[in-house]
Amino acid sequence: MGLCERCKKAKATFHLTNIERSGAKVERHLCDRCAAEEGLLQTPKATIDLNEILENFVASSKAGASELSQLVCEHCGISYVEFRNQGLLGCAHDYDVFKEPLGRLLERTHDGATEHTGKVPKSLGTTSRKPHADLRRLKRQLEEAVAAEDYERAAQLRDRIRELEQP
Amino acid sequence: MTAPLDDVVRHAGEWLRGEGPLHEIVISTRVRLARNVRDFPFLSRADADARREVAETVTTAVRRAPTLRDLVHIDVEHLDELDRLLLVERHLISRQHAEGTGPRCVAFRPDEAAAIMVNEEDHVRIQVMRSGLQVEAAWEQINAIDDAIEEHLDYEFHAQYGYLTACPTNVGTGIRVSVMLHLPALRLTNELEKVGQAARDMKLAVRGLYGEGTEALGDFFQISNQVTLGRSEPEIIDDFSRVVIPKIVEYERAARDVLLKNRPAALDDKVWRAMGLLKSARLISSTEAMQYLSHVRMGLHVGRLSTIDLQTLNELFLQVQPAHLQKLHGERLTGEQRSLERAAFIRARLSTN
Repeated sequence: MGLCERCKKAKATFHLTNIERSGAKVERHLCDRCAAEEGLLQTPKATIDLNEILENFVASSKAGASELSQLVCEHCGISYVEFRNQGLLGCAHDYDVFKEPLGRLLERTHDGATEHTGKVPKSLGTTSRKPHADLRRLKRQLEEAVAAEDYERAAQLRDRIRELEQP
Repeated sequence: MTAPLDDVVRHAGEWLRGEGPLHEIVISTRVRLARNVRDFPFLSRADADARREVAETVTTAVRRAPTLRDLVHIDVEHLDELDRLLLVERHLISRQHAEGTGPRCVAFRPDEAAAIMVNEEDHVRIQVMRSGLQVEAAWEQINAIDDAIEEHLDYEFHAQYGYLTACPTNVGTGIRVSVMLHLPALRLTNELEKVGQAARDMKLAVRGLYGEGTEALGDFFQISNQVTLGRSEPEIIDDFSRVVIPKIVEYERAARDVLLKNRPAALDDKVWRAMGLLKSARLISSTEAMQYLSHVRMGLHVGRLSTIDLQTLNELFLQVQPAHLQKLHGERLTGEQRSLERAAFIRARLSTN
């Protein structure tokens, strides 16, 4: 059992592994007293006032709900509350009319994402695709075509890959 | 209108050929895109007139596209209930589309590899189905169909959110990739939880044979993506073709090897008992038939049985379904009559095979 690395007297009972921004691991071994002095020891509040938390929660969601119920799309007539009940939006404008609450919902359902990064309709102009991403995709398609024994397609893909690989 | 449907029941669609990469475990790859036509309300706020106009706009655009000339167009609204169920069993339309109301239609390729549903949950739902694991190829094909339609109409597209959909869970790419897997050995060895874990790690969902909210019949499972925003189509596709599906296929193969090595008699018993029941039963439900066919399919792939070919087996999976059975029989049947007819049909197919 090691000694506290700070006072080097008491037994180290507090062990901490910090991952730095660089990815390096920094380990610390301290006694309770030194850990407390460095502000590392946070004892949880003995009692949590559950009622207080609940009251706050209800109050905030009530305020939120009354505000949200005011949100109605003038184009299709759907309210945010109706949308939440049926799960389906009424028209394309809803995405802007309900932007605030809907944005939070989208973030939750789409793993934190807030913006589309995929295909764009041709009529809106092509996105600036990185050529190496295309190349990776083509190579995968080639593997797939070979596995499927679709040699005609494989030959076409090979030619396109060669074209892209030309400096 | 029903004429094209009388013939389809005799064969399985192109995607059920039992070919393609990893086909002994990966039944099929399906990719669908959700789109809405600009300046029309979404369907929850669209009356019959608006729905009719949407259907006309989309159908006209599809007919104008040179690459989509040979599609078979079906008016689902006025289609007989049995024919609608038939389309569901063939995965050409969804249950929701079959049971919906108002003007709605579907157009599909004669080989059934691609279909365009109009007025389902969104104005347009395009899907491409392929045999085995072919996510890249399916994406390439559906992307081309999407472009071809878009030449003749405008979709709702948002600068920040991408393609707008009625349900916010589909917004962005509007893509859903579903890979259908046959995992009998993992079920027999009680290791299906591994599949759930592999899927959850990549934020993918596991569902039954006919998609959302359906049961896993006959050891068939669908793995599909849930996140559609913030990731590009090729990234989403990559999760399937590079990461999750190869991993699950490995699990199933390992489970089959374990059964073969450690419990060959138990495996043979499952396979041959299933074959015996299919050849002898006088009354059989579709759920029961699917389960036995599933075991026979596994037996065929691990080389314990060779008295049936994959083509026949794949067709049987489809033909034991209620609507197919009734179409093949030529008349409507009650539940008990279906069980009788199904058992007779299976016995006949297996004895001539």
